[in-house]
Amino acid sequence: MRNPKKGMTLIVKEVTRLTVGLIFLFGIYIMLHGHLTPGGGFAGGVIIALSFIHIVLAYGGDFASRKMNLQTATFLESLGGLMFLLLALLGLIFTGVFFLNLLPHGTPFELKSAGIIPLCNIAICIKVGAGLFLVFILLTTFRPGGDK
Amino acid sequence: MEYITLTEADQLIPLMIFMIIGSIVALEIKDMLSSVIAMGAVGVGVTISFLILKAPDLAITQLVVEILCLILLVRATIKREMYFPRKHVDYLRIISALVLIFVFLVFSYAALRGLPQFGMPIMKVASEYISRGIRETGATNMVASIILDYRGYDTLIEASILFTAVLGVSVVLRAVGRIRNEKS
Amino acid sequence: MIYFLCLVFFCVGLYGILVKRNLIKIIIGMSILDYSVNLFLVLTGYRMGGRAPIYDKTQEVKNMVDPIPQALVLTAIVIGLAVLALMIAIAVRLYEKYGTYDITEIRKLRG
Repeated sequence: MRNPKKGMTLIVKEVTRLTVGLIFLFGIYIMLHGHLTPGGGFAGGVIIALSFIHIVLAYGGDFASRKMNLQTATFLESLGGLMFLLLALLGLIFTGVFFLNLLPHGTPFELKSAGIIPLCNIAICIKVGAGLFLVFILLTTFRPGGDK
Repeated sequence: MEYITLTEADQLIPLMIFMIIGSIVALEIKDMLSSVIAMGAVGVGVTISFLILKAPDLAITQLVVEILCLILLVRATIKREMYFPRKHVDYLRIISALVLIFVFLVFSYAALRGLPQFGMPIMKVASEYISRGIRETGATNMVASIILDYRGYDTLIEASILFTAVLGVSVVLRAVGRIRNEKS
Repeated sequence: MIYFLCLVFFCVGLYGILVKRNLIKIIIGMSILDYSVNLFLVLTGYRMGGRAPIYDKTQEVKNMVDPIPQALVLTAIVIGLAVLALMIAIAVRLYEKYGTYDITEIRKLRG
């Protein structure tokens, strides 16, 4: 990175300010409709991670750490993993079969259908997004030989 | 006027030849930035192949994963000195690798006769999943219902693999200056 | 014929791992190997005249392509990304310690 603290030129900053919210919204859309249209939790999570990486690349590490920093990302990643495990254990607690699809199925082609699948998509999205953003931050703020 | 229709096999063969040439270019070229960009072209070729083979889930995921791969590779190669002095070419290594690849290709050509013909798969388990899928799960996307309901264990273990990879990155890139500063 | 081209694609990646001296070229070779295996798995599940495995509200979908290889490859793509991230982290660390990406030099300076 040329100078990861400062960021890029003015044109890049203005265009980023206009488009990064739309990228985040698109990622949430792909994730939520994962049981109706192609996409799902993995693609939505990677798109959300890319939107945060976009902010870091355009504005520099100092400014972007106010939006999402290292501690928040580690907390969110653990939260996503635990949420997925909790959803799987709900089947064990209530009926005795691990990972059973126990919420009501509803009618097809609705947003609120298919039992446990949309909630699993949300958990996977949070985990994958936070994990990949964490990998990027660790690789770019690596300083050898001393400071944390 | 008659339209010329191409079958899927006709559409895929030039694309695969493009990907093979692109990957050879990515491995042989001396400039590192051009090599990374050629790798990006190969990844976009794989995305288009997934679209031709009627797999839209995979095409979306492969495209965004390819973009992230490019970002990580550029991070590793920018501002790094790549000067390699011209050493003696190790012929034994190249010849033995080519012999291995030739033997592998010969045996695999014989082994590929056992696969069913391209375009007519034996869908024993998949026909069960398709016929009972929408009644038992309620999701209209078959792939999502398979990875989250019928084969949910695989997704659980995959989440833990991702967690282990992030853990490994954070352990490898730890700051090591502390112990040396404490000793001196 | 298409399967054989896919295996040639696999062999290009294998050649990159075995022969090249630059560490980044080895990593690119392993990534090419990963793409070729994913493509091979999806190729075995294609059905002539089939449609994407998603139900549609307006029309009836009769013959679908095989959805099981697609479900397995979806996970494999993200795992390939995680492995690539770990390899790049190790490569960056090696460069900071030894000053070069040449594996013959790294083998000489032990410790």
